Amino acid sequence: MRKKELKLVITFHTTADAMAMEKACKASNVPGRIIPVPRAISAGCGLSWCADLSARDEITAMMAQAGIKEEEIHECMV
Amino acid sequence: MSAWFDKKIYFDNGSTSWPKAPGVGEAMASFLEQGAFNINRGNYEGAYEVESIVLDTRDKLARLFGCSDSRRVIFTPGITWSLNMFIKGLLLPGDHVIVSGLEHNAVMRPLEQMKEVGVSYDIAPVDESGRLDSEELKKLIKANTKAVIMTQASNVCGTLLPIKDIGKICRERDIFFAVDSAQSAGSIPIEMEEWGIDFLAFTGHKGLLGPQGIGGFLVSEALDKKLKPIIAGGTGSVSDSLIQPKSLPDKYESGTMNLPGIVGLHAALSYLEDIGIDRLQAKKMAVTSHFLSQLNSFSNIRIVGECDVNNRTAVVSVDFGKVDNALCAFTLEQEFGIMTRVGLHCAPTAHRSLHTFPQGTVRFSFGAQNTVEEADRCIEGVQSILERYENLDI
Repeated sequence: MRKKELKLVITFHTTADAMAMEKACKASNVPGRIIPVPRAISAGCGLSWCADLSARDEITAMMAQAGIKEEEIHECMV
Repeated sequence: MSAWFDKKIYFDNGSTSWPKAPGVGEAMASFLEQGAFNINRGNYEGAYEVESIVLDTRDKLARLFGCSDSRRVIFTPGITWSLNMFIKGLLLPGDHVIVSGLEHNAVMRPLEQMKEVGVSYDIAPVDESGRLDSEELKKLIKANTKAVIMTQASNVCGTLLPIKDIGKICRERDIFFAVDSAQSAGSIPIEMEEWGIDFLAFTGHKGLLGPQGIGGFLVSEALDKKLKPIIAGGTGSVSDSLIQPKSLPDKYESGTMNLPGIVGLHAALSYLEDIGIDRLQAKKMAVTSHFLSQLNSFSNIRIVGECDVNNRTAVVSVDFGKVDNALCAFTLEQEFGIMTRVGLHCAPTAHRSLHTFPQGTVRFSFGAQNTVEEADRCIEGVQSILERYENLDI
């Protein structure tokens, strides 16, 4: 079983936002992937963007540029 | 179907376009056969792929209609549904609305329902060709006018309404402006934000060349703050709450969506982007121009609406005068294989405005696949029918 690590987990209000995030990240080569929202985090649309903590600045800058709004940004064990 | 259709000429693209764009049927079949996964509900790669197509479809529609944020693209079963969501989600007792004299029952019937709860409306008149003078519309504006609802192109006669002018008038007065693009989307340009449109209702199965059962609307930020979702339910988001979410597009998209329809529409929009709607429209208008020039040689019929190709779409209505329109349409189909739509076209208000109520018209509506040769065959049919029936009292 894979050992859990502390990760950056970004949740979104809607699936459309989560998919827009995936599309923008792929287009800009920004690291991370879509995962179901971990149970430690509630609400959201059920999907979240998971990436290494070190990518936080790169990701938030890209989101600001692409006009993608997060619901919340967490650091949690995934 | 194909053997039967080989002998037919389809001139009813105003009802629904046919054939659909290349790839629409295949895309829908592939979706249904190879993984019709649900979106907003499943956490697996197949569902994400479908979600990505849905997002891409929103992006394409936002680009096509001049909207800067695809979250404001909402899917519904069609334009009638969309217009109901606007009329019933916005208007309150005491509100006043202005519509054009060319509106479809998709606007008029919901408005009549709203009259029962204290909403009132006025009809901005059009002339016999369907032209609307925006100065006349201005005179109808009252202190409680909350919205103007208007088709961009008449489904009866194809005449275009001055959407840009009306958008400007509405924007200057903080009146919400809703546009019905049933007969214009995919045929003529629409710039929602630039033209001051707050609510753009569209359908996927006419000029956009997609399947039936999928449509939607685009909503401005200002209108979204006032518009209530008349349908509430599961969205797959904020599932811990009993309150309908406010985030777009989920606010207006409860329940399982028509994903085969969206996949088909996605294929159609891809085709339109590749080929260009200008090119398709030029083909439609070439047939329209030829057809109108031939029709103009008959003195005993009335072309309802503009008699040339300016200020119109590829929808042509004819009142055959002494010859019953239904008989004309029936004979055209039975003897000449030409499919049209006869009657009132779900638009009695428009027919009253155009002085074709209650007899209606025979409507010929062209698609990009139609040809001048087909138009000529139709003209031969019209001539034959007129010669045969004109002197009979029927």
